[in-house]
Amino acid sequence: MTFPLRGLLLILPLLVVAALLPLGVSGYILGLLTVAYYFAVFSMAWDLLFGFAGEVNFGPTFLIGLGAYGAGILNNRYGIDIPLCLLAGTLLAVVGGLALAVPALKLSGPYFGLVTLVAVLLLQNLIVVFSDLTGGEIGLTVPDVISIDADTNYWIALGFMAVSGLILTAIARSPAGLILQAAGQDPVVAGALGFNVAKHKIAAFAVSAAFSGLAGGLIVFYMGTASVGTLIDTAVGVQIIIAAVLGGRRTIVGGALGAVFLIAAGEILRPLGSLSTFVVSAAALAVILFVPTGLLGLASLRRAS
Amino acid sequence: MTVAVKPPTAASVRAEPCLTVRGLTKRYGGLVAVKGVDLDLRPGEILGLIGPNGSGKSTVMKLVMGLEKPSAGSIRLDGTEIAGWPAHKVARAGIGLVFQHARPLMRQTVLENIVLALLPDSLLRLVPDPSVTEKARAIAERVGLGGVIDRRPGTLAFADLRRLELAKAIARDPRVVLVDEPFAGLTGPEVATFSALIRGFRDEGKAVLLVDHNVKSVSALVDRVFALYLGERIAEGSAESVMADPTVRRVYLGGSIETAARPEAAFKAESLLSVEGVDVLYGKAQALRGVSIHVHEGEFVSVVGLNGAGKTTLFNAVSNLVPHAGTIRFGGQDLATLSPAAIARAGIVQVPETRELFGDLSVLENLDLGGHHLPKAEAAKEREKLYDLFPILKAREGQSARTLSGGEQQMLTIARALMMRPRLLILDEPTLSLAPVILEQLSKALERLRQTTPITVLLGEQNVTFALPHADRVYVLEQAKIVWEGPPDRFATEMGAAYL
Repeated sequence: MTFPLRGLLLILPLLVVAALLPLGVSGYILGLLTVAYYFAVFSMAWDLLFGFAGEVNFGPTFLIGLGAYGAGILNNRYGIDIPLCLLAGTLLAVVGGLALAVPALKLSGPYFGLVTLVAVLLLQNLIVVFSDLTGGEIGLTVPDVISIDADTNYWIALGFMAVSGLILTAIARSPAGLILQAAGQDPVVAGALGFNVAKHKIAAFAVSAAFSGLAGGLIVFYMGTASVGTLIDTAVGVQIIIAAVLGGRRTIVGGALGAVFLIAAGEILRPLGSLSTFVVSAAALAVILFVPTGLLGLASLRRAS
Repeated sequence: MTVAVKPPTAASVRAEPCLTVRGLTKRYGGLVAVKGVDLDLRPGEILGLIGPNGSGKSTVMKLVMGLEKPSAGSIRLDGTEIAGWPAHKVARAGIGLVFQHARPLMRQTVLENIVLALLPDSLLRLVPDPSVTEKARAIAERVGLGGVIDRRPGTLAFADLRRLELAKAIARDPRVVLVDEPFAGLTGPEVATFSALIRGFRDEGKAVLLVDHNVKSVSALVDRVFALYLGERIAEGSAESVMADPTVRRVYLGGSIETAARPEAAFKAESLLSVEGVDVLYGKAQALRGVSIHVHEGEFVSVVGLNGAGKTTLFNAVSNLVPHAGTIRFGGQDLATLSPAAIARAGIVQVPETRELFGDLSVLENLDLGGHHLPKAEAAKEREKLYDLFPILKAREGQSARTLSGGEQQMLTIARALMMRPRLLILDEPTLSLAPVILEQLSKALERLRQTTPITVLLGEQNVTFALPHADRVYVLEQAKIVWEGPPDRFATEMGAAYL
């Protein structure tokens, strides 16, 4: 139980440095990092399912999309205040996520993952079909934004990431998180120990959906727009998954590191042109193949040796 | 086994049963794994549920625990009907299962693994409870894990991993404890400690059900034995009476077995296959310990041993499928550097117990795949010979392998292996879960093969009835070691009692 403290001591300086960045960094970089921090929450929420509940959710963008479009449409069509929109979007993500997870978790093996993948395609199509409401392929614009000040937006994103990371880590390390890990690793043994495996996995899915949906809503009110290409496309989902695996499975915080790393690497390698995506993907592949425990796993290996 | 004190049973017999099983039946498609089993278990009693591989004993345990749903029958725990309940409800009702294979959380410490078993099934437990941790420490001390409490399971010795499983069962404090193969893979002194721990359950008034292959390994511990064969009860009573029961003896040792061994001197002096001092480790469990066997050209050698004794491991070592120490030579050539495929080409063909047929391909196609290295005419000739040996395969020629019965599948697997014209045919548990009538057909085919061809066979079996009649020589493998070697006619007198 001393480990969380040590982790906090490592992360706190990073957060302080991050909080001071607006004093000396250009608005462009702040903008990139703001987006990176929201993606960090997506990845951390995803790791709760993959790393702890043992379920591969190929559709993180389904949950994000529900939150983003739920919040965005309410603001766009009915002019409802941002906090209420965010709340409604989060709720929609949780409800939609549960509607998906409850039947899907009855399936075993790779079928849960396939169901989540299909859900993304379904949502994508719905948005295009109901373009009057959703803006279709062009996208949805919201009249209200959280702030027009880059620094404020940056700090809100950073704070949101830090709080989300703290809550998700606390859940993962709690006694309930221990049961969740047992359910994920060996559902038969967990069941024989008296734990209702489905209940714990569904709860984890709801928590993951809540954070994904809220982050999705926040990113809409940061950018002022929502579109299928930036928030829902399966390619976006793959990025989130890569970030979480890259950072380190079963670490929560690893997802944040991975997301920032991916966005930063993409930016640094931008001079390579279209090659940059290839290089980043190749690097991610190398990490997954050779260090399946991710960047944080690499760090802890160092410490152990 | 080292502790032979007979427990007092008078008190336990008087008590009312807490677990009553009536007419328990489980079907998997057409296969009936458990047929109308009636079983009573009383508080403060240790019952041994024994049966050979495929007898349905593990299925009974899974049905009671709720890991499988029964097809029919009733399971009552203190009067409450629990048949068909999901495992977590059964567990909360008061039944615990000690798994044979330890499956702890690898990233958590021993202590945290025990804490897990102490937690209530609640989503809202977000803050650790110090009293739970204290309780977990006490349990760790009780089972002898006190010294390794902060280590991860991956660094533990095999016996400690088993202790951890016991600790988890103790933590749940069930009224009925099911223990799957309590002593598998343990050494003598470890068996004694585990026996003491299991007796501890009984002394606390819990009802204990031990599931194991034979009476011998649990006889010192159990108050009563329930013997199962092909899903049905064949005997019940004290360990002595079950061991003396004629049906049990027939199941384990076969009736009067007629053997037709050829003396070892009848074969060429040098061995076709020689295995010397082979050791195999699976993680921390020793699967083979200094095993040496040899097989002459044209000889039929049986390796007899219960499930888990190491037969499959031995064959996998011969085929170089598992890393091993020691030397294995075939026709004078050291196999250490050869790949499994090269060994197969050199003439060692293994028929695995899992059969590995191509289910969607027809009988003919499966056979042709076995004979693909032969010229067409040769392959056709070989196939006709095999159809002669297994006429049912000709009748089923166009049928896909998946639709065959278990016995037909086994015949096809053997026929496919013979299509490869092996110099040494290794058969791994060909009788696994086959009905007696099929067994007889298979037995006749093997005998004809032995009489009419110069084939060399190495057979691994737990079914002695099947293993002895054809064998020229027999090895007994027990807990990773060869404990006996001799002609089959001496088996019953020298090894029979120990094998029960």
